[in-house]
Amino acid sequence: MTQTNRLNTGGRIDRSQPVTFQFNGQSYQGYRGDTLASALLANGVDVVGRSFKYSRPRGIVAAGAEEPNAVFQLGATEATQVPNVRATQQDIFDGLVAQPTSGWPNLNFDFMGTFSKVFGRMLPPGFYYKTFMFPQAAWETYEKYIRKAAGLGRSPRVKDADTYDHMNQHTDVLIVGAGPTGLAAALSAARAGARVILADEQAEMGGSLLATRDQLDGQAAADWVKATLDELAGYDHVQLLPRSTVNGYHDHNFLTIHQRRTDHLADKAPDNISRQRLHRVRAKWVLLATGAHERPLVYGNNDVPGCMVASAVSTYINQYAVAPGRRLVLMTSNDYAYRTAFDWQDAGREVVAIVDSRHDVSGRYQEEARRRGIKLLLGQGVIEARGNKRVDGAVVAQLDPTGDKVVGGGRVLDCDTIATSGGWSPALHLSCHTGSRPVWDDEVIGFVPGKTVQQQLVAGAVAGTFTLNECLKEGAQKGAEAAALAGFPSQAVKTPSTEHWPEAKPMALFCVPHKKRNSRAPKQFVDFQTDVTAAAIELATREGFESIEHVKRYTAMGFGTDQGKLGNINGMAIAAKSMNKTIPETGTTIFRPNYTPVTFGAIAGRHCRDLFDPMRYSAMHEWHVKQGAEFEDVGQWKRPWYFPKPGETMQQALDRECLATRESVGILDASTLGKIDIQGKDAREFLGRVYTNAWAKLPVGKCRYGLMCHEDGMVFDDGVTSCMGENHFVMTTTTGGAAGVLEWLEFYHQTEWPEMEVYMNTVTDHWATMTIAGPNARKLLSELTDDINLDRDSFKFMDWRQGTVAGVPARVFRISFTGELSYEINVQANYGLHVWEKLFEHGAKYNLTPYGTETMHILRAEKGFIIAGQDTDGSVHPYDLGMSWAVKEDKPYSFIGKRGMKREDCVRDYRKQLVGLKTKDPSIVLPEGAQAVDDPNHPIPVPMLGHITSSYYSANLGRSIALGVVKGGHDRMGETVYYPLTDGRVVEAEICSTIFLDPKGERQNV
Amino acid sequence: MSEVINKTVDEATQVAIMDQCPTADVPARSPLAHQDQSSKVAPQNPGVFLWEDALKTHLVLRGDANNADFRQGIEAATGLDLPEALQSTQSDDWALGWIAPDEWLLTGPGDQAFAMETTLRKHLSGHYAVINVSGGQTLVRLAGPEARSVLMKSCPYDVHDRNFPIGKIVNTVLAKSQATIRRLGENDWELVVRRSFADYIWRWLMDASGEYGLHLGQPDAATAARQSNPSRANPVEG
Amino acid sequence: MFYIYCPYCGEHREEEEFHPKGQAHLARPENPDECTDEEWGNYLYFRDNPRGIHHEIWVHAIGCRKFFNVTRDTQTYEIKESYRMGATPEVTHANDPLS
Repeated sequence: MTQTNRLNTGGRIDRSQPVTFQFNGQSYQGYRGDTLASALLANGVDVVGRSFKYSRPRGIVAAGAEEPNAVFQLGATEATQVPNVRATQQDIFDGLVAQPTSGWPNLNFDFMGTFSKVFGRMLPPGFYYKTFMFPQAAWETYEKYIRKAAGLGRSPRVKDADTYDHMNQHTDVLIVGAGPTGLAAALSAARAGARVILADEQAEMGGSLLATRDQLDGQAAADWVKATLDELAGYDHVQLLPRSTVNGYHDHNFLTIHQRRTDHLADKAPDNISRQRLHRVRAKWVLLATGAHERPLVYGNNDVPGCMVASAVSTYINQYAVAPGRRLVLMTSNDYAYRTAFDWQDAGREVVAIVDSRHDVSGRYQEEARRRGIKLLLGQGVIEARGNKRVDGAVVAQLDPTGDKVVGGGRVLDCDTIATSGGWSPALHLSCHTGSRPVWDDEVIGFVPGKTVQQQLVAGAVAGTFTLNECLKEGAQKGAEAAALAGFPSQAVKTPSTEHWPEAKPMALFCVPHKKRNSRAPKQFVDFQTDVTAAAIELATREGFESIEHVKRYTAMGFGTDQGKLGNINGMAIAAKSMNKTIPETGTTIFRPNYTPVTFGAIAGRHCRDLFDPMRYSAMHEWHVKQGAEFEDVGQWKRPWYFPKPGETMQQALDRECLATRESVGILDASTLGKIDIQGKDAREFLGRVYTNAWAKLPVGKCRYGLMCHEDGMVFDDGVTSCMGENHFVMTTTTGGAAGVLEWLEFYHQTEWPEMEVYMNTVTDHWATMTIAGPNARKLLSELTDDINLDRDSFKFMDWRQGTVAGVPARVFRISFTGELSYEINVQANYGLHVWEKLFEHGAKYNLTPYGTETMHILRAEKGFIIAGQDTDGSVHPYDLGMSWAVKEDKPYSFIGKRGMKREDCVRDYRKQLVGLKTKDPSIVLPEGAQAVDDPNHPIPVPMLGHITSSYYSANLGRSIALGVVKGGHDRMGETVYYPLTDGRVVEAEICSTIFLDPKGERQNV
Repeated sequence: MSEVINKTVDEATQVAIMDQCPTADVPARSPLAHQDQSSKVAPQNPGVFLWEDALKTHLVLRGDANNADFRQGIEAATGLDLPEALQSTQSDDWALGWIAPDEWLLTGPGDQAFAMETTLRKHLSGHYAVINVSGGQTLVRLAGPEARSVLMKSCPYDVHDRNFPIGKIVNTVLAKSQATIRRLGENDWELVVRRSFADYIWRWLMDASGEYGLHLGQPDAATAARQSNPSRANPVEG
Repeated sequence: MFYIYCPYCGEHREEEEFHPKGQAHLARPENPDECTDEEWGNYLYFRDNPRGIHHEIWVHAIGCRKFFNVTRDTQTYEIKESYRMGATPEVTHANDPLS
């Protein structure tokens, strides 16, 4: 195919660099500098998609982010698929492959098209709600085909070939938009020395100046753009971000910018380079110079390919050297759009007529039109487009002076392109993101940004300033103001100017009336992407939807990926008129992040795969890996779960680990337990306040177990704390609770008891902790230390000693979570692996067996030791756990949790209490979470008694064991409860003590 | 070291003290010892240098900055002024960084932990604390003309020259973990990271450095000289 | 994403460095044991939910680990001030003309 619509001269494309790309399976050629949209138009491609609901053929309408139709699926391979790319914002490159996302089964014929032609009248707003909801079960089937036919794009089915990353930015002034306003602003701010980020969503900065034929101080506007960008690029405090859409404006001037770094280069990014980057910007001041979107007029069949926004036509001609047709009818409600007719004519194409809805208008633009010999039809409107896959005529009729109705008969003008302009809507989307409501401005005939609490300024078209000279001036001034507010006193730079043609008053026209009522007229589309028509909006108001937010939801107006950038204002105007209200009376519409679709990759950044979340390792981690450990996530820690030998199942490994520990000696890497160093003369009193038990008399050299409760009296953590010196303790916490406990301790210290002299610091990572447990633990340890007296009467249970283990200074704690003779050896973590390996050198003869968290759980459950967070869930107090021995009621200070456990609900009978449970069939291991009932045959609802919190098979006992809460359980020893399971079985279990093994604790006192 | 007596409890504060370094020839494994820390094929013109400054002494000091005795005690023991908020002071061997209004981090030669703790205790009195955390954290060094870009990818704090001059120290978020970041020179940064997170942070930094050309290890003299000229064309933004 | 001034570091920092800790200026009763269930319940569970000015505690968790107070407008999310523990707020519901 040849580029039939390409102009021989002009434009900013490079004709010496042809580029070949594919669209819809066909190969096309464009030039470097083309967007996908300009290249398709150059090639005379009219139909680029099918519409959402009615499946009508659609063509390119606009030239920027507001484009509703040319939204494509990109990617030459499965791994590089990207949905929802606007062709107007995608540069072409050799090998680019684009597919229309809509139009299944294909662009030229589709079942929805046929379907809706026949049943079109039956697709009113709310159609999907009303029709496909019944029967409800079938929705999933409907949805699949509706989505497919609607064309919503898809994500890749295989691993994305590219990477994405984030960049955290801080700046004095962030300027959004590098059109005339933004460029002038950037100059002012940059010259003042402020740190400036200038971001623009298009490939080239310059905005409308790239497509204008206006001259600035007698030079081409593009020359001023180039000089300005050159100057800006020379400042090291200025960052220019082209191809970067400021997509979100969040609280406290935090903005996100979606930068497409390599999308214009190739299907896949070069190695080591992220394809897209999300800039997370904290700006002292933000200047929105986002410009405005031209509003198309709404008229019958206004979606036929060839119907375009007027300024887009000019942009394609001037910036891309593409005239997207031969014979143009321009319809406008304002003077400015006349330029499109002039551009068209100067491109050597025929202007059939300028149709101006205003009756009485004469000025420089009308003069120029007449001078050029262009037919001027005043007081008229294009009420209907003719044609199917391309415009072949425009029906023009006389309108009344208010534009409310057609007053004359229509006639058909022969044309292939209809460009329309209903004025400009400020692109105020970002200003809405933080909750600021736009306000209607009758002068602007549009909404402008409203009051905001952000450090935000607006300038140029987004503020309703439309002429080039004023935009430049206002930009320079607001840029200086932003810099000054950010602490850089500044003056507005002098800006160039252009000859200004005075413009006559525009007319507030949104929907061009038809001879027939809107409900009977050919479809007048308001929102192309969601197929919402003027008639649908009127129907919605008749059905009682009066708020514009309700109208939007009912009709789906503005709910496409373009967020209704072209259609929302027209839709509001139509709704207002239908209800005889003003536009502001119908409410305003709030845009939300993101301004244009953002890839999930850009949002995730590098926080994926191996870097998704931190993996915390102990000092012995390498050893565990080498031993083939299976790991379990505990918080962010990777803890060995169990150490399978070749060929072993998990249960076999657990049985072996459990038996070896109780028969000889096992070893656990306990480094992950939280450890908090507490120093100061009030340390002891502090412990007494935060633990439920007594600390006043714990001597130096001793350890004690403690429970921590919140103010409500419920257990949230536990651990052993050791007295290192009269004013020095080391507290241990659960692995997952470490950070939270320290923060909680600091909370009480800093907010309630700041007078207490105590310092708390984490030493979790500093110490490597290895627990050796089992009857041979003492023998093993004695081989590695000669300065600790391990004699049972000297180094007693719940003592700690300082000494040397395997040549390394160590603190050894004789504490036990297994019920066995047990020592916790703590050495500085840099020596942890050394000591660990020495233990194994000496431990071989004792069959020293490494065990993981699962065996730890089984061994402690055999002894009835709780795990906070597993056997407790925030609704269990120490008495429920049968741990009254760990509560000291008569401490002088009312410790945290004391009052809470005295609440009426906490002291009542029949609370859920922790008990042991033995299944009648010892081989059945109850699932954790199983619910206890007294009578499994009780009609539903069955009264629930509580649930299983821990459940294992114990190789040492040769049976299953479980812990669980049962209502009034402490008084029901020996009674039977039943656990109905999801598979239909009912398991019978006997309530028993939580201590299954060695109830007298003889094993650890040897 | 010879004068230091290994007592179990410091008499004045009643706090347990302990020389935690082995006297025998025991190998120490730093938190990043398992990572290959030398580039086999170093890039031509690396933008980033990354290495671990392993096995240093790390002591957390707690006390009242408004207490003249505490300030003077710190100064007498370390030879360093107690730094103000977000500042650090540095001698040939030791660096003292502000962490919180009542907390500082002292780093120095790895074999000096107990000697320094003992010296500190000799000079300090009243309510204070010294906590040896040498095994719990390590220093990761980041240098090169693009080191700052790597930090921008990694942490939300503003690392621009105007906000982060040489000598400043900031504890902040790094990727999904945290680090105490200190600027040592124009293109020279130090990250204090916790042992258990060190592997994750190391892998994160290696990944973030990829596009700038990463040299694992310290820059040699010649490379260090080249670093003073940081202009590198960005392959993408041009 | 808030930008929060830490009165101890003397700088604004990103929200990621902080944890919110709920309503400020709730004093733990002097004698919890003498509180009625209702008094204790009020202390434990009942919190203000104002439209407008709200005083709340934050902790500079990934920073200096210090707790401090923030006065925040719950409608606009503006932070009016940060102040240290024990200090009194300058902006209150009574004196903020906008709330």
